Amino acid sequence: MDVLDLARWQFGITTVVHFFFVPFTISMTFLVAIMQSVWMRTKSERWLRLTKFFGKLLLINLAVGVVTGLVQEFQFGMNWSDFSRFVGDVFGAPLAMEALLAFYLESVFVGVWIFGWGRIPPKIHLATIWITACGTLLSAYFILAANSFMQHPVGYEINEAAGRAELTDIWAVLTNKVLLVTFPHTIFAAFMVGGGVIAAVAMWHLVKGARDPEIAEPGQPSDAGAFRTALRIGAVTVLIGGIGVAVSGDFQGKVMTEVQPMKMAAAEALYETQQPAPFSLFTIGTLDGSEAIYSIEVPRLLSFLATGSFDGEVEGINDLQAQYEEEFGPGDYSPNIPVTYWTFRMMITMGGLAALIALWQLWATRRGRVPTSRWALRAAAVLPVLPLAGNSLGWIFTEMGRQPWLVFGLMPTASGVSPSTTARTVFISLAAFTILYAGLTWLWVHLLVKHARPGLPDVAPPGEEGGAPPGAGREAEDEDADKPLSFAY
Amino acid sequence: MELSTLWFLLIAVLWIGYLALEGFDFGVGILTRRFARDDTERRVLINTIGPVWDGNEVWVITAVGATFAAFPEWYATAWSAYYLPLVLILLALIGRGLAFEYRAKGDTETWRNRWDLVIFVGSVVPAFVWGVLLAAFVQGLPLDAGHDFVGDLGDIVTPYTLLGGVVTLSLSLLHGAHYIALKTVGDIRIRARRLAARLAVPVAVVVAGFLLWTVLRDDTPSWPAAVAALVAVAAIAAGATVNARDREGWAFVATFAAVAATAATLFAALYPDVLPSTLDAANDLTTANASSSDYTLTVMTWVAVPFVPAVLAYQSWVYWMFRKRIGVQHIP
Ligand code: HDD
Ligand code: HEM
Ligand code: HEM
Repeated sequence: MDVLDLARWQFGITTVVHFFFVPFTISMTFLVAIMQSVWMRTKSERWLRLTKFFGKLLLINLAVGVVTGLVQEFQFGMNWSDFSRFVGDVFGAPLAMEALLAFYLESVFVGVWIFGWGRIPPKIHLATIWITACGTLLSAYFILAANSFMQHPVGYEINEAAGRAELTDIWAVLTNKVLLVTFPHTIFAAFMVGGGVIAAVAMWHLVKGARDPEIAEPGQPSDAGAFRTALRIGAVTVLIGGIGVAVSGDFQGKVMTEVQPMKMAAAEALYETQQPAPFSLFTIGTLDGSEAIYSIEVPRLLSFLATGSFDGEVEGINDLQAQYEEEFGPGDYSPNIPVTYWTFRMMITMGGLAALIALWQLWATRRGRVPTSRWALRAAAVLPVLPLAGNSLGWIFTEMGRQPWLVFGLMPTASGVSPSTTARTVFISLAAFTILYAGLTWLWVHLLVKHARPGLPDVAPPGEEGGAPPGAGREAEDEDADKPLSFAY
Repeated sequence: MELSTLWFLLIAVLWIGYLALEGFDFGVGILTRRFARDDTERRVLINTIGPVWDGNEVWVITAVGATFAAFPEWYATAWSAYYLPLVLILLALIGRGLAFEYRAKGDTETWRNRWDLVIFVGSVVPAFVWGVLLAAFVQGLPLDAGHDFVGDLGDIVTPYTLLGGVVTLSLSLLHGAHYIALKTVGDIRIRARRLAARLAVPVAVVVAGFLLWTVLRDDTPSWPAAVAALVAVAAIAAGATVNARDREGWAFVATFAAVAATAATLFAALYPDVLPSTLDAANDLTTANASSSDYTLTVMTWVAVPFVPAVLAYQSWVYWMFRKRIGVQHIP
């Protein structure tokens, strides 16, 4: 493998792993903030216990999200220095804004939230988690602005003398039409992850408790009630997220057809231009996808997805290839077809399955019922995995579908790589990061399971583990200067 | 003032902020090893930086992001040249960040001991390697006409840059000791003060030697660099004096100033270059030829003017919020 391949693998692996944690953080911060708000409003202990329980899972996840993000910030310069030179004038701005506007907010206020339990006025404490949540949205917006520029460059001008793209209109970059559809899609997809985690954990506890009343903690009758509430919150979140991704995904399809028609053609492995075009659910064909042996198709669906009309014309790969050759010179302008074809389908399938499970959960727990079959436990176990997989597949589709371009129409991937690094150097770091990331992911799963398994935390004696009732913290501060504080570490 | 000069200053400020803030939490991380006598003391130390270390780390993310936006050539050249040292820093920072969050989340002693080792190594490595890399900016690298690095690790790791690493490492240690003295009560506080007193002279010697070397590298030494270097050494001396009088707050302020002035010396010596070429002065990267377009710099200035002060304000508020000292009696 040469430097280019190694650098691509490194970027793909580190980014996809970063994005395991990101959607979890974005959605869970909001969901925990909502739980804490309800607690402040109702003063019901159940909500405090839910806040603490899911808050802990959030923190386990946040740690890995933060440290893997650090690598991303450095990678553009390390592996993609010619890319950084070429687009830095445009691309650097949203990245710097993300750090200055979003990362400080997130990191500073989440620290206050962790350590502030019982130490700062409850209203301010509640505000800190909401500020953190807003920080995650801001960070998503800016980084997606950078990525959308790569999908569909806008607001720039090529400076021939300097050999680079220069920013001419920051508003164009921040309101890129790709960004406007990608942002809601990514956020809805993120909420499917957080909702899925909550619904799954709650379901698992409910079913376990019902199957085996012995292990349900004696003297904690409210656990089942609290988990039932959590289950509903989670399942409804997954459903809302599911509808959201479908609607926003439909918009994305139209924008994509307009700005990157090749990606749309590749998503369907559509070689010849068709009108109307069908959408295939499943195909067995030759490996490069050029010939179908067996296929199940829904007539006209692709036309609708791409153009909004069931009669619309969808351009095929061969026509587009010819157009691009005319425009950019000889070369292969199509991405890896089997990858784009399957990731696109599997993304949709994963989300659909998650939504179905959520629906079933709501039905199975209607009016006080609790399912007790093994299947219910299994369904709970796969639920969070599905939207996570959907997120990764979506990104692999988006990014690989952009190939061979690094910045669409401006810079091929091959010319963005650092000229000064050697394959050996990149290999060392690729190996180190891959091993480390595999370890982190394992650790992440291990700790999440370990801390999700025991029931809700006990918050009864006020003051301990920060369980002080709202309003108690302030005046108590000085008398008990020596009492144990709420430490997270 | 030219916008590119303004951005050079701002990036210098971000690095100064990073070294002065994360500097003490590196120091605390290093001192968890031998200085803390048992697990409870170790937890006291970790909890003194608990609410703030992540916010401190964002200073480097912003410094790097701002470099990318304002000087893409500098970011591209330096970061691809520094490849392996940066991998080392990243591995260390990843481990360290996880260790703070995860050490209390297992049950066994082995689990905790392993994470404690990670905290130590994860604090030593970046505290040292950042110094090497910043010194390498001043020293320069073999860059060709396309501004690409054509050397190898041996061009980055030299006696001068190694001494730079020792300087940031030892300053972090002293700064961390002052911070512990300021933030704890009881036996730890007294021991931290004593440790700081013992460290002051060797640290001052190393820093003074390195800064003198830095200032004299130039044929025409830069005045601002010389002044900053003097301030740095004076601040260490002042810190030792007030530390001896048990004025912990002032001692901390003094090492804060010492770290800031040390970093300022490096950036003052660097200007107007951002990364000189050791092959040919014509290949130097300067604030002029590495910077972004005027439009980008203007946009970024509009963003920085309100938000840098806002960040400073709320981050200071957090330090104020968690101003109370802690000791072993607070550990549950
Ligand atoms: C859609 C959202 C999204 C996307 C596409 C990315 N990230 Fe991310 N990132 C987040 C959303 C996010 C987040 C949810 O905001 C995180 C997770 C944990 C956190 O604190 O913030 C985060 C963390 C995070 C951090 C650590 C921040 C801290 O210490 O608090 C950095 C430096 C980056 N990211 C940088 C990147 C870069 C350079 C990316 C592009 C390749 C990237 N992220 C993709
Ligand atoms: C967080 C979600 C993201 C995921 C999961 C993701 C995934 C990927 C994958 C799988 C590749 C490799 C594609 C290939 O080599 O064929 C890739 C490439 C790349 N992506 Fe993304 N990406 C994400 C976000 C971003 C963002 C936000 C940016 C820019 C700010 C970005 C910039 C790049 C660059 C520069 C490459 C270069 C390598 C290449 O094209 O081969 N990505 N990404
Ligand atoms: C009917 C359902 C869906 C449709 C029509 C759809 C459509 C799309 C399209 C067209 C893209 C590519 C955008 C581009 O290349 O610019 C995309 C990307 C993506 N999809 Fe979906 N999608 C659906 C469901 C899902 C689900 C269920 C998830 C996750 C749970 C998901 C997660 C993602 C992610 C993370 C990306 C990459 C980021 C982005 O460009 O937004 N999608 N989707």
